[in-house]
Amino acid sequence: MARSTSKDAQDLFRALWSAYSATPTNLKIIDLYVMYAVFTALIQVVYMAMVGSFPFNSFLSGVLSCVGTAVLAVCLRIQVNKENKEFKDLAPERAFADFVLCNLVLHLVIMNFLG
Amino acid sequence: MAASDAHKGDVSMRNAFGSVLAFLILLLIGVLAFSIRLFSVIKYESVIHEFDPYFNYRVTQFLTKNGIYDFWNWFDDRTWYPLGRVIGGTVYPGLTLTAGTLYWLLNSLNIPLSVETVCVFTAPIFSAFASWATYLLTKEVKGVGAGLTAAALLAMVPSYISRSVAGSYDNEAVAIFALIFTFYLYLKTLNTGSLFYATLNSLSYFYMVCSWGGYTFIINLIPMHVLLCIVTGRYSSRLYIAYAPLVVLGTLLAALVPVVGFNAVMTSEHFASFLVFIIIHVVALVYYIKGILSPKMFKVALALVVSVGLAVCFAMVAVLIALVASSPTKGWSGRSLSLLDPTYASKYIPIIASVSEHQPPTWPSYFMDINVLAFLIPAGIIACFSPLSDASSFVVLYIVLSVYFSGVMVRLMLVLAPAACILSGIALSQAFDVFTRSIKFQLPSLSDHSHIDAGDASSENVVLDDTIKTDKSEDTPKERTTKRSKKKEKEPVEKPPSKSQLKKRLSVLPFEASIVAVFLLVLLVAFYVVHCVWAAAEAYSAPSIVLTSHSNDGLHVFDDFREAYAWLSHNTDVDDKVASWWDYGYQTTAMANRTVIVDNNTWNNTHIATVGTAMSSPEKAAWEIFHSLDVKYVLVVFGGLVGYPSDDINKFLWMVRIGGGVFPHIKEPDYLRDDGKAFDRVRRTEIGKKYFKLTHFEEVFTTHHWMVRIYKLKPPKNRIRGKNKRSKSKTSSTTTSKRKGTRRNPF
Repeated sequence: MARSTSKDAQDLFRALWSAYSATPTNLKIIDLYVMYAVFTALIQVVYMAMVGSFPFNSFLSGVLSCVGTAVLAVCLRIQVNKENKEFKDLAPERAFADFVLCNLVLHLVIMNFLG
Repeated sequence: MAASDAHKGDVSMRNAFGSVLAFLILLLIGVLAFSIRLFSVIKYESVIHEFDPYFNYRVTQFLTKNGIYDFWNWFDDRTWYPLGRVIGGTVYPGLTLTAGTLYWLLNSLNIPLSVETVCVFTAPIFSAFASWATYLLTKEVKGVGAGLTAAALLAMVPSYISRSVAGSYDNEAVAIFALIFTFYLYLKTLNTGSLFYATLNSLSYFYMVCSWGGYTFIINLIPMHVLLCIVTGRYSSRLYIAYAPLVVLGTLLAALVPVVGFNAVMTSEHFASFLVFIIIHVVALVYYIKGILSPKMFKVALALVVSVGLAVCFAMVAVLIALVASSPTKGWSGRSLSLLDPTYASKYIPIIASVSEHQPPTWPSYFMDINVLAFLIPAGIIACFSPLSDASSFVVLYIVLSVYFSGVMVRLMLVLAPAACILSGIALSQAFDVFTRSIKFQLPSLSDHSHIDAGDASSENVVLDDTIKTDKSEDTPKERTTKRSKKKEKEPVEKPPSKSQLKKRLSVLPFEASIVAVFLLVLLVAFYVVHCVWAAAEAYSAPSIVLTSHSNDGLHVFDDFREAYAWLSHNTDVDDKVASWWDYGYQTTAMANRTVIVDNNTWNNTHIATVGTAMSSPEKAAWEIFHSLDVKYVLVVFGGLVGYPSDDINKFLWMVRIGGGVFPHIKEPDYLRDDGKAFDRVRRTEIGKKYFKLTHFEEVFTTHHWMVRIYKLKPPKNRIRGKNKRSKSKTSSTTTSKRKGTRRNPF
């Protein structure tokens, strides 16, 4: 039982990996960016758990800036992805411009909230 | 050839003409929304209404005079006398900032309007905006025709008029616009999947948070809709784009508003959105993996991903529960709790229950406030189900929730009104669509144009167009026979939407029936318009600061409140403290510019209870309490002479209850004895005590109709034994309260 599960899991990961390696490079870059943002958020949460959340607004803005960045990048990835039929009409340039605008708003708010 | 060319040109001409027409109609709707709210200015004068608007007006004055930075740091020492109040941190600044900006803009254009004028007209202006936002929102759901109808309905829905007549300068005036506009942008994002609209959506949400505590309705309704979409298998990447950025940006922006602050992440009202935020990520991941894996592999993966996802979910839920348990207010504020449990307020918080707009509404108030829309809503809901899109499911969810909330609190009828207008607009426009089309179809001379004109109304949303129209035919007798129409509705939904031409023919109704139905519908709408104008002119335009009454010998105007406040501001010292029941606190600070003990921002229950105790104590004790609060004058509202119903004796029981809640020696049964003679208008008998003398207070001013009476605290007497005794025995013998006493004086 256990062996078949682990074999399944191995198959699964192999299939996942092969499917994933087929994605275009620009999407992979976005994925890395998302991973990085999530990782940074995690570090901050761990730090908060150890040291405490005293300047709560700083902690909040730090974590939410990372989460927000990740979420926006995921949105960009969804829009740029060629396989998503829903966004056929949306030019990648337009998607990127929207992404930049949204990030701008996000980080203006963060800077305002940080202090 | 030529014919089809001509037809094409015709179509584009028609579209251009249609959009110009739609624009003109919208403009007229805006004018209508603005002008129907001016009855109060015409019938009375350009004056701020009621209680809370006076506070907002005062804050706006401060903002325009001292600037934004002083506003954020404003500590107000004129209210809550020894305590004071931090206005900048405890007020929803949206309305004030809006009016301040308007004032600044107009003045920089060399249009010298006073702050008061700007404040008076803010609400009508924003109701025009709100009806335009309704148009946009309904257009996203069911096309231009429905949008225009809904906008016209919203422009004059009595429920909204009651909160936005000229002079009613309150948070709701701008908040309803913000509410509808936020919903519109959410649906727009959902339909287009554009990050640009998602950004606008969070900004509009920010404006809503600035304006009104009702923003929690948005931050709970949208997650519920997202959850509904996921559960019914309608998840799409557009949904992710519409929701995920809104949560992150919206939370951050909400935390920027001082009055919300960390509540945006600490209170239970917001937790639903975080929970759904996590769920949507899990779901998005599942859908992504499903996309890149073969179906067989996916089955294997499903077990793994789901179990991991569930584990993460449970962990998060555990964290959330821990947060709820540890947060200072146990997560829920009193007002939210009284929403979830309608009996909560009356059981635990008399201060919330004492406000009449926090009571549950009566049935007639539904017919008063949304009138025929109440009958059209079911039809609109049915129309939303055929074809069910993401947007229309949102509208259905919106109406269901708002009906519940309006049933809990009268004031939340205001949230129901836009939903009612949207759904009724959809129902009406679709009904008209079907009837006019079947009429045109059967008029031989017009048959060429019939197709063109019918398409006009809803040409925008090509996808929905054809399917909708067919179903609508059965939709109109709906007012009376909802059940029957529901059954009929089922059939067309199941048909594939391809054979539109055929179906259009099928949906044609008998000529005479259509004519009669159109006539009846027009009659219905006409009735609605008549009712709305009546409501705007008669029911909702009274400023409640100036009262009028019609009697046999003509019109009487009672301007006693302003008379009293003017007297206070002219005849008392700037730093004198005036005590009154909390209802009159805002007006006293705004109009008389005197320091008050308690006001309508009921943030400190103990302080209000102190005043309530003073009001319900014997004269000597009351004097001592007031003296300890450094009060110089006591303002009492007396309706006995002219029959003003909501005077202090009407509120007296609440004073006793609130006072007794903190000071147990005040017991409600003590005040319910029937031992006297004044005049009870309902039972036409005399009650209470008359002809007594006050020892510790002296009357200094009584207004023309005796509605407001101001008493001054006498300075403490020299201690002469005999005199002291006499006064003491007098007070104890007339065990009546001081306020009761003052009230009986006239008789």
